[in-house]
Amino acid sequence: MNTNYYIKSYSSIKNNQVSLNGSVVYQKEEAAFSEFIKAAYKDQETKYPKFFKMDKLSKLAFLAADILLKNENLDQEKDKDIAIVFSNKTSSLDTDRKHQESIQNKESYYPSPAVFVYTLPNICIGEISIKHKLYSENSFFIFENFNAAHLTTYTNSLLSSGKAEQVLCGWVEFDTEDNYEAFLYLVSPKGTLEHNKQNILKIYNT
Amino acid sequence: MTKVYVSHTNIISSLGFNTETVVENIHNEVSGLQRIDDKSILPEPFYTSLIPTEKLQETFKKLNPKGDYTRLEQMMISSLHKVIEASNIELNDRVGLIISTTKGNIDTLDENNPFHKDRAYLSELGNQIKDFFHFKNDAIVVSNACVSGILAVAVAKRYIEQGEYDHVFITSGDVITEFILSGFNSFQALSSEPCKPYDANRKGINIGEVAASVLVTKDANNLAAEAVSILGEGSCNDANHISGPSRTGEGLYRSMQSAFKQAGITAEEVDFISAHGTATMFNDEMEAIAFNRLQLGTTPLNSLKGYFGHSLGASGLVETIVGMHSLKNNTLYKSLGFENLGVTQPLHVITKTTNKHINRFLKTASGFGGCNTAVLFEKTK
Repeated sequence: MNTNYYIKSYSSIKNNQVSLNGSVVYQKEEAAFSEFIKAAYKDQETKYPKFFKMDKLSKLAFLAADILLKNENLDQEKDKDIAIVFSNKTSSLDTDRKHQESIQNKESYYPSPAVFVYTLPNICIGEISIKHKLYSENSFFIFENFNAAHLTTYTNSLLSSGKAEQVLCGWVEFDTEDNYEAFLYLVSPKGTLEHNKQNILKIYNT
Repeated sequence: MTKVYVSHTNIISSLGFNTETVVENIHNEVSGLQRIDDKSILPEPFYTSLIPTEKLQETFKKLNPKGDYTRLEQMMISSLHKVIEASNIELNDRVGLIISTTKGNIDTLDENNPFHKDRAYLSELGNQIKDFFHFKNDAIVVSNACVSGILAVAVAKRYIEQGEYDHVFITSGDVITEFILSGFNSFQALSSEPCKPYDANRKGINIGEVAASVLVTKDANNLAAEAVSILGEGSCNDANHISGPSRTGEGLYRSMQSAFKQAGITAEEVDFISAHGTATMFNDEMEAIAFNRLQLGTTPLNSLKGYFGHSLGASGLVETIVGMHSLKNNTLYKSLGFENLGVTQPLHVITKTTNKHINRFLKTASGFGGCNTAVLFEKTK
């Protein structure tokens, strides 16, 4: 059971480096996150103006997903049954802090819908779904640490029950400018690297 | 395929501290909503449902807690305690814990809150609940906007089917905070009156406070009288807008389609729909479109937001629990606040609490980020 699924490709963004399938595709040292992610967006020729409206967690998750999915050469006009299963520790706390700041003092009270909408971790899944037209299964989980075992179980459930053809899974964490990390991988019936906890941890730790 | 059931339940809310009392109040068409005028929370008056603080503290104290617990933790622990006790299940390594919340202990970010800001990490909330009851497994926190509560049921089923657990306890909730109210208010989504789902004069949402808990299990023995089996589920995205519902109801339509396909039943076999019905213009309209795309326009339907308000992370679960009692009591509960249909597609909104022999219901929810969830339930007894 569950042995016919493979990790088809994977991407990561951390330490001011963008990687695809283990190779660095972009890096910019000594830049703050906001500057780095904008430069990475330009370098990867993402061309999606909505990107600039996103909060930092969404920018991070969106770019990591975009780099991976672009490489899959998917038909943009066709239905793609790719589920999204994301997780992190910090939920949307970076934006939560921003919204809290806007209501903390009654003298300077400025809550904004453009900020508030990002006070949910699954908004980044929505952003990716919109760009890639994914009307598919999606879910956001919070774990203390990257939890390969749980993601494996849930992904296998979606694939074996026919609820998705492929699953884009991973960890998208944004706590502070120097504490962020995206690690995504696409699980598919095609590929060579078997989908199991050991292999996920192996590519996660490289 | 393993059959999975939702069994023992608890609701802590303004309408009571156990499911039976809450359902009785709903039967009598009692609303838990009240008007609050407190400028420290929101510049304008608003309607909400609040868990009575004194009774909550009293209930929680009986559990002999050691250490300090936030309001949300007190709500969740008090609620979950009743379900664990009723189920009589030993919390060994075959038992999972799922927590459904949108914002968790978000009130601890406020400078005036006595708790450390680190308590706002949802993983920390998970640890607090896990440690209180000595669960062997770490908590899985589901935070998927307004579908979290019903998605948690689907997630529990999937984990059990995969053989990961034999039983999963779910607890859910969100607290009424300035954080949440100011945000919804900035969207101009709050109603200054008790909400009126699907009504022509609906003016928006009331946010409400509820903690709800259930057991999801594969064990057909020792089921509670209101237990149901889960026939099918789906949770699909609109891929349309991060804060606005899809005009075609695409994600909800696909979620329901997926649930029906798995259940192997048709729309005619559903006796009623426990819908989301937040009472915003766009949400209710979107639901009407999606239901009609699946020929569910004549199926009796209610939204329970007129009783509790929108209880965010708890809403999908508390509404499932009331739906379970609907089946047990063979009663369709009135959709409180509704008078005249205010959506462009036909809907059979329940205007009077009625006795009817019923076996199956569909629960749906939709939320920010374009998420939607649909789950089909069937009576076991």
